[in-house]
Amino acid sequence: MTTGNVGRPAGRIGGLDRVTGRQRYVADLRLDDALHVKLVTLPCARARIVDIDTSKAWEVPGVRTIFTAADLPDPMPRYGVHYDDRPVLAVGETKFHGEPVAAVAADTLDAAQRAAALVQVQYEELPPVLDVRAALDPAAPLVVDPVLRPDDPLASTNIRREFRYAWGDVDTATADLVIENTYTFPMVTHFAIEPHGFVVAADESGVTVWSSIQHPYILQRVMARVLGLPLSRVRVIAPDPGGAFGGKGYPKFEPLLAYMAMATGRPCRLVLTLEETFQAVRRNNAEVRIRTGFDSDGTIRFQDIEADFLMGAYVDISARVISKSSHLAAGPYRVPNARILARALHSHTPPSTAMRGFGTPQFSWALEQQMDEAARRLDMDRLEIRLRNLARKGEEFIPGDTPADGDWFESVRRAADAIGWGEPLPDGRGRGLAVGIKSSATAGAAYSILRFLYDGSVFVLVGTSDMGQGARTILTQIVSDELGVPPEAVNVVMGDTAAAPFDYSTSASRSTVFMGGSVMRGCAELKDQVREMAARLRGCEPEEIEIDRGVVTFPGGEQKGIVEVVQEGLGAVGGELIAVGLMRGEADPNHPIGGRPWFYEFNCTAVELEVDRRTGEVLIHKHVTVADVGKAINPQHVESQDEGAAIMGLGHTLMEHLVLDEHGRIVNLGALDYRIPTTKDMPLELESIIVENGDGPGPHGAKGVGEGGLLCVAAAVASAVTDATGVVIRDLPLTPERIWRAINEVTPSEVSP
Amino acid sequence: MTPQTMNITLVVNGQHHSLDVAVHHSLLDVLRNDLDLTGTKECCAEGECGACTVRMDEKAVNACLVLAVEADGRDITTIEGLATEDHLSPVQQAFLEEGAVQCGFCIPGMVMSAAYLLEHNDAPTEEEIREALSGNLCRCAGYKRIVRAVQRAAEAGR
Repeated sequence: MTTGNVGRPAGRIGGLDRVTGRQRYVADLRLDDALHVKLVTLPCARARIVDIDTSKAWEVPGVRTIFTAADLPDPMPRYGVHYDDRPVLAVGETKFHGEPVAAVAADTLDAAQRAAALVQVQYEELPPVLDVRAALDPAAPLVVDPVLRPDDPLASTNIRREFRYAWGDVDTATADLVIENTYTFPMVTHFAIEPHGFVVAADESGVTVWSSIQHPYILQRVMARVLGLPLSRVRVIAPDPGGAFGGKGYPKFEPLLAYMAMATGRPCRLVLTLEETFQAVRRNNAEVRIRTGFDSDGTIRFQDIEADFLMGAYVDISARVISKSSHLAAGPYRVPNARILARALHSHTPPSTAMRGFGTPQFSWALEQQMDEAARRLDMDRLEIRLRNLARKGEEFIPGDTPADGDWFESVRRAADAIGWGEPLPDGRGRGLAVGIKSSATAGAAYSILRFLYDGSVFVLVGTSDMGQGARTILTQIVSDELGVPPEAVNVVMGDTAAAPFDYSTSASRSTVFMGGSVMRGCAELKDQVREMAARLRGCEPEEIEIDRGVVTFPGGEQKGIVEVVQEGLGAVGGELIAVGLMRGEADPNHPIGGRPWFYEFNCTAVELEVDRRTGEVLIHKHVTVADVGKAINPQHVESQDEGAAIMGLGHTLMEHLVLDEHGRIVNLGALDYRIPTTKDMPLELESIIVENGDGPGPHGAKGVGEGGLLCVAAAVASAVTDATGVVIRDLPLTPERIWRAINEVTPSEVSP
Repeated sequence: MTPQTMNITLVVNGQHHSLDVAVHHSLLDVLRNDLDLTGTKECCAEGECGACTVRMDEKAVNACLVLAVEADGRDITTIEGLATEDHLSPVQQAFLEEGAVQCGFCIPGMVMSAAYLLEHNDAPTEEEIREALSGNLCRCAGYKRIVRAVQRAAEAGR
């Protein structure tokens, strides 16, 4: 019998394999006979493909196939998660730098690389659409051929979707102070340390796909659809990804590899370089124009928000990123009148996808700076103006949506206390504080199979991915407590659609709530089976049997261990108990974003920093991140996730920005020129605070966690930079150059007294 | 055209190997592909991320920046060679105890860099640890716990 694994900082399951190098990621798998694939790309974003000559490439020994659009079905198969818009290979015209026009498969990677370099492509470079302004220009070339957008009234524009939400009446709302500004959020990339990797094998029975994917069941669905196979003939094996952050959510080159594997009869393997990974997916950059009305006491009267998100060449999941995040654009505040318009724009840039925060950091960057500016103009404290407007627990701050589900005041106060808000500061230092909020999953389905084996060990089969957040550990802790078996006896099997049942996705910080809830129900079902078994053995009713943490209590008080009872019940023949756990949340077609969020991720971040006025460099002395998590199933995992999110947030705040040249090529392509935080960029002190009020919908009152720590980092840091220097900057990242320029061109009207 | 090859000898984790390697292949290629020692990871392949850090004679190196032929005759230690049959190295143990591991992809390189540091400095300051690990990128950004783990390993080793 064990007690109380939940709530303890249990060590990471899989940690040992990771510190010894035994953990096998996709690129570490070795398949006999696999061919190595190399993609052929053009040195520009947009080009008309005139001719592809593969004759020289075929002369390289070891080449087994060379694919161009001509080798694929006509019309070109297209795929995607919500829109089937992405071609297996570029056909007619390339849409972004890095989009393959051909692919070579050869016996060795050397041969594939040499042959790929010998594929001769004649092309005519065409002017690309690279930014928001160009995308909205009516004279701009169309990224997507209108033929591919039948019945779409926006087909003759580069706008894919417009999302509009409103409540109250912004036009008639009055305010003492109206603040209007434009904020930009840069194009950044996930930069998981593991580049994307894929292997596909095909035979008459179907295809097997190995992929560094977060959502194996979405990949399975897309592969089945594009290849015309039943789901049962598509097996996706998804080894634990080496970091994902949203970037590994959706299919990339798996369909191409499937066609190549079918053509050659051999497994095809493609491990992207880091540069190719940069070109595969990124975060949506955005421009947010926001007009906010305040009363003279700082009360928000209205929010009028217009945002343009540059999705890139294909939709991927971006339309959802934009629709969902913009619904929450007015933040966690009480806003009586709001009007929100968000556009999803196409451009000749790598496609955007989900990334930690899912569109919310773009809005938080704008919204929280508006709050600061209002505080300055109204001579109010920046903390005070937030507390004045923050929604109270239970308050429906967006009409018709999930009410505030946490004591957000507590989070803000704890952040403020931890950073020493209001205390005197040394010269050159500033403090900043901001809040961030993100909607969790609005629908989904998480199935689990629990197999209670004869010796009391338990298989837990789930389609969830463990990509560093620790889902395997969390689920083990939950099952261990529920069934009263030691954690070592619990084996969580993930990452194989042939072994584990359906899980919608590992996204939106959902797994603890959805899959955690699913295994809780599976455990309850198992205990019911044990009760029936025990009742049969004792000739009593199942309701008379109690089971608590692995101890079975019979009428009259006799107690036995659950394993003993199961063994007695299964008898000499043996066997096992099998239960299915299920957690479903149905989509609501009448809700503007397809359903109410199951919970909110709320975060308050506060920083104290120093700006070197001579260089514009920022040194963060202290960074506090506060997460309202309901219940920390594993406090160490919660803190690790929050600390990581905080530092990732410092990346887009201080240094990260993909820079494009006029051909649409990423100039800072690769680790040399695209900088992410290192040990030397860490705050001198980083504190993670967990608020636990047991008010979440997950096991033990848990909410999801893992994205919150990133949401409002930029605004908190910018607030502190303004506090330290008096300058206001509305474009990210806050590079030393940008800060230095702002200090040296400062306009006094923007500065608080 | 077939790639030119050269015969080299390597001692890797105490084992002798005689290998014909392509002259343009890196030590990382040979470790991962010829010897199937996949604990050493490939990310940036340009010496910036540190995921492929291994020990070559007395130095910690990025295996992606060393040509295999340059490693001829050298003694190499990879992450697979750090623990003995029964015991993790102090750094590995400390990484587990401090919860410094998340996705784990950077961890082999991080552990190798940390072990190298502690060999040369058994009582590093926090600043020295940050400096020594600044060439190892971790996007899960477990840096705080990684630094603590190195401190813990240093204490354990003294």
